[in-house]
Amino acid sequence: MKALIDLEKCTACGVCQDVCPVGAISVPETHAVVSDDCTLCGMCVDTCEFQAIRLPDVGAGVVSDAAAYRGVWAFAEWRRGTVHRVSYELLSAARRLADKKGVECAAVLLGENLSSAAEELLRYGADVVYVVDHPALKDFTDEAYSRCLVELVRDKKPEILLAGATSMGRSFIPRVAAMLQTGLTADCTDLDISEDGLLLQTRPAFGGNVMATIICPYGRPQMATVRPRVMRPEIQPRNGRIQRVALPEDVFRTRVQVLEVIPEEDTTARLSEAEVIISGGRGLQKAENFRMVEELARLFKGAVGASRSAVEEGWAPVSHQVGQTGQTVSPTLYMAIGISGAIQHIVGMQGSKIIVAVNKDPEAPIFDVATCGVVADLFEFVPAFIERVKRAG
Amino acid sequence: MKIVVCIKQVPDAKNVRIDPHTHTLVRQGVESIINPFDLFAVEAALRLKDRHGAHVTVMTMGPPQAEEALRDVLSRGVDDAVLLSDRAFAGADTWATATALAAAIRKLGDVSLVFCGKQAVDGDTAQVGPELATLLDIPYATFVKQVELEDEGHLRVVRKTDEGTEVWRLPLPALVTVLRDVGDPRLPSVKHKMRAKKATVPVWSAADVGLPEDRVGLKGSFTQVVRLFSPPKRADRWMLEGPVADQVEKLYQYLKEAKVPGL
Ligand SMILES: Cc1cc2nc3c(=O)[nH]c(=O)nc-3n(C[C@H](O)[C@H](O)[C@H](O)COP(=O)(O)OP(=O)(O)OC[C@H]3O[C@@H](n4cnc5c(N)ncnc54)[C@H](O)[C@@H]3O)c2cc1C
Ligand SMILES: Nc1ncnc2c1ncn2[C@@H]1O[C@H](COP(=O)(O)O)[C@@H](O)[C@H]1O
Repeated sequence: MKALIDLEKCTACGVCQDVCPVGAISVPETHAVVSDDCTLCGMCVDTCEFQAIRLPDVGAGVVSDAAAYRGVWAFAEWRRGTVHRVSYELLSAARRLADKKGVECAAVLLGENLSSAAEELLRYGADVVYVVDHPALKDFTDEAYSRCLVELVRDKKPEILLAGATSMGRSFIPRVAAMLQTGLTADCTDLDISEDGLLLQTRPAFGGNVMATIICPYGRPQMATVRPRVMRPEIQPRNGRIQRVALPEDVFRTRVQVLEVIPEEDTTARLSEAEVIISGGRGLQKAENFRMVEELARLFKGAVGASRSAVEEGWAPVSHQVGQTGQTVSPTLYMAIGISGAIQHIVGMQGSKIIVAVNKDPEAPIFDVATCGVVADLFEFVPAFIERVKRAG
Repeated sequence: MKIVVCIKQVPDAKNVRIDPHTHTLVRQGVESIINPFDLFAVEAALRLKDRHGAHVTVMTMGPPQAEEALRDVLSRGVDDAVLLSDRAFAGADTWATATALAAAIRKLGDVSLVFCGKQAVDGDTAQVGPELATLLDIPYATFVKQVELEDEGHLRVVRKTDEGTEVWRLPLPALVTVLRDVGDPRLPSVKHKMRAKKATVPVWSAADVGLPEDRVGLKGSFTQVVRLFSPPKRADRWMLEGPVADQVEKLYQYLKEAKVPGL
């Protein structure tokens, strides 16, 4: 199979030939020709202004009772006593999609000792909150959490299921999709309903350099994970109901044993949760200077990031590395200090809302993705900025 | 002990550039690299082999030129390699990819441990590992920083979560997806390079792993890309000029107006 060219529409302009990453398109004379090297990546489809290219259809997951699937669900992430904020964000997104389709919106809450958590979810727009409260759910395990969610889905048949693209969601949701034999789109940044009622799932690809809209035409439910802080949580109380569900004991069985759970006490180390990340690179020159980055991060109650060079110099632990081989982060503020902005760094942070770059080289590529660029010697600028933040007002 | 490492060839980010004016993707050349996380997976496997002895097989599903990636890994000390390549595999989503890998691992038989990278840097989905484990019906641990073989039948792993770390014990066979923290990949050695050059890499088709064509590739996929487009252009960048004192004040006011938390 390969990309299909509509000979009527193709004008042999040659644009697709230039974008094909595997060189599978040639444009001999009257129209484009796709060779067997085509990997069906789809890069060419959207660049064709004449809509002359499309991909063949996917075939998997035709469920016979697709019409029986109704409603939009959000998985509520309970972490040791509190419902994680991403749950409210998801629920608000689920509410919006449910209203668009004219169906019910539900939240699923799994955990142990879930006293008032369910009521809080009703305030964010759930018509119903399904609650499974069981001691085996105290610690997260992929197996028990998946089985519970799968049992609920099989029984109630939602059409759409959303979860957070957190370390928990990214770990067990693929298992849920595989058990249910349906498609899953990770890390969505936008969700909508198409004219024919399908979930349009938009996500960054190639490190955020391209956006892709993905559908799951036949599999049910249509599943997506959504990055934290992408959707806005909205309070919209409902006269919803809380439904406690008891599941058979074998559902909670798991082959892994959780030996220890060690919370990271140092908040400057929790990058994925941070609203503000102050990141340092080789421009800081030595370990002592990296302390400036840490001080600024503490002032913002944020986390400390680092380029790979800074990690290699030993100024910050590997777990702080941002980028292609480190973490992908999208805080409200990302401040890059003495970081050049190599593509491998940029792909890990360009989803941040505000990007401030401090660099003495006005040509540094980091400025291409910055919302605010400060061309300055960091040894003058950063200490002065620290003083200003301390002074406040 | 038999270990399988799943690796993927991805476009080299070096050749992917964002045009500063149009903010669109510019690609130069078509070179590929091994997904960086998969080199950490290889390293994790080789460390277990060094310590406890093991037979390590590296596997990839991809076009014929993915053989290059396999030979690179062979030259780092992996024992043998399998290439899953067939026109029918093209256009696979993570489910169809996991389906093909699972069938190939079953064909190898008697595998105790499968390593994957945390995610492939082209798609960033991090789904293939968990889906593969589910298809093989074995337990798994994601985002792993440390792997130790506790005894013949158990693995002890340290995994990183949003909140901190967790220590898990898994019975074998199991699957693990790894982070950079497992250790930097070793370089190819002269001895292994010679062997890698001569090694024959078997190429398996869908039929070879017992899968009908409609279970693999685009036909065997659930998800379909309907549109690719450039990300919305960012608000124009604001460059702060002038003396440092002015820059400091302007940035401070800008962040305050933007209601950045913590100020
Ligand atoms: C496969 C692969 C994966 C990679 N993964 C990652 C990754 O995940 N994360 C990552 O970050 N990198 C990654 N890299 C490395 C990346 O290519 C760059 O080498 C690295 O990001 C550079 O780090 P840096 O910006 O700190 O250092 P440099 O590129 O050396 O930049 C230092 C910057 O500091 C500025 N500077 C110097 N002195 C001052 C001063 N006094 N005042 C102000 N500015 C100053 C300079 O102008 C320069 O722009 C990867 C590379 C490869 C090949
Ligand atoms: N085509 C493939 N062949 C072999 N392994 C793969 C392939 N695609 C993904 N993987 C493995 O699955 C991991 C996660 O990939 P992904 O789900 O695409 O982010 C990678 O790090 C690889 O270990």
